[in-house]
Amino acid sequence: MQVPSHVEYERATSVEHALSLLSRPDTRVLAGGHSLIPMMKLRLAQPEVLVDINGLAELAYIKLAGHELRIGALARHADLLDSAVAGELFPIFHDAERVVADPIVRLWGTVGGSLCQADPSEDLSAVFAAARATAVIRGQEGDRMIPVREFHLGPYETAVGRGELLAEIRVPVIPGAGSAYEKVARRVGDWSVAAAGAVLRLGGGPGQPVIETAGIGLTAVGAEHFVAAEAEEFLRGRVVGAESFETAGAIAAGHCHPVADQRGPEDYKRHLVAELTARALRRAAGRAAVRAGAPA
Amino acid sequence: MTMRVAVTVNGTEYARDVEPRLLLIHFLRDELGLTGSHWGCDTSNCGSCVVWLDARPVKSCTVLAAMADGRSVHTVEGLERDGQLDPVQEGFIECHGLQCGFCTPGMMMTARWLLDRNPDPSEAEIREAISGQICRCTGYENIVRSVRWAAKRSKDDR
Repeated sequence: MQVPSHVEYERATSVEHALSLLSRPDTRVLAGGHSLIPMMKLRLAQPEVLVDINGLAELAYIKLAGHELRIGALARHADLLDSAVAGELFPIFHDAERVVADPIVRLWGTVGGSLCQADPSEDLSAVFAAARATAVIRGQEGDRMIPVREFHLGPYETAVGRGELLAEIRVPVIPGAGSAYEKVARRVGDWSVAAAGAVLRLGGGPGQPVIETAGIGLTAVGAEHFVAAEAEEFLRGRVVGAESFETAGAIAAGHCHPVADQRGPEDYKRHLVAELTARALRRAAGRAAVRAGAPA
Repeated sequence: MTMRVAVTVNGTEYARDVEPRLLLIHFLRDELGLTGSHWGCDTSNCGSCVVWLDARPVKSCTVLAAMADGRSVHTVEGLERDGQLDPVQEGFIECHGLQCGFCTPGMMMTARWLLDRNPDPSEAEIREAISGQICRCTGYENIVRSVRWAAKRSKDDR
């Protein structure tokens, strides 16, 4: 029987209330709880105080504001999967959310909670890194904007400090961009063996599309900040096509740092990175072409 | 240290003084004596502990009872109404949807939730809905048939 350590429970009634509760030492935010409570049951996390933010409806939204998609930290995985606007602008979110945990867990687990858990095998960190999103961290002094690519300080560590709360994730909408996420897992609900996400903005003339910018995120393979920066750099200005994508995949595989574990040996994971990166790029490019009105 | 937790379960209000670390599944089984919900893997993998919290299914081994304070919970004990079994329960009887029965309460709570949203789900939609739950007897074929039976029965009744 797994029992968490003794803990105090506080229920936040507003964001301000949550921030004041979080200023106490050794507190943890309790959102969906589907990462934190298992960690507490294993005594890997032993906070003194839990601050339950599930009642803060003002943090649960997905909306378009100008040229940004804004996702409240308390939006559930199922909300993101159900969001038509998110799926239209960023198919990568729907690709990823279909393979985050399972349908019951997705009803409770939150987008912000996944980012703040900062598990190296967590899917959305790579997705938001690929999309070059920004995290809005709220404190009693106001908001701080931190690029998601600087949000993770290491496994289970983020830029969110004591007395602060991740409030929102802002994703820049790139007109005509295409995106995709490809994951290999052993079974439903399991962490990735490896996964790759891509966000592509295409340019160039008809019949000869070139890559203006590429965002590539990698999950569970020890990529710094979940990003395949060298592959992104390689792709800038390249002609869209299998050759560019396969080379980018090989570069991504060469620059990440997977470790052997029960999900597979290192060489297999590198193989997956190469293949899944190329597949994600191919699908992202196809979707960008469809959005541009050209044949995929 | 304990706290007062008041929860409406299947329409009845219960209040108990419990430790904040108490999990909802143990609150239901040990504090309230509602042992229909089963405590299985304890790791949110198997889904035998699925109940509804505020009308959404949840794996109750992964929620604190404190989080349910002031909210409503529905368990398998509440499926039957006025001596009348829910069509999902009838379907599990008719189609042999259980062998050992351990996963059954969670499967039925998820099935009822699915049918409330999607009264005529395809086999693929049923399989997707229960994909986070495990039947260790591997009786998935009959579970899917049971849910289809319940969908058809409800359709015929309308």
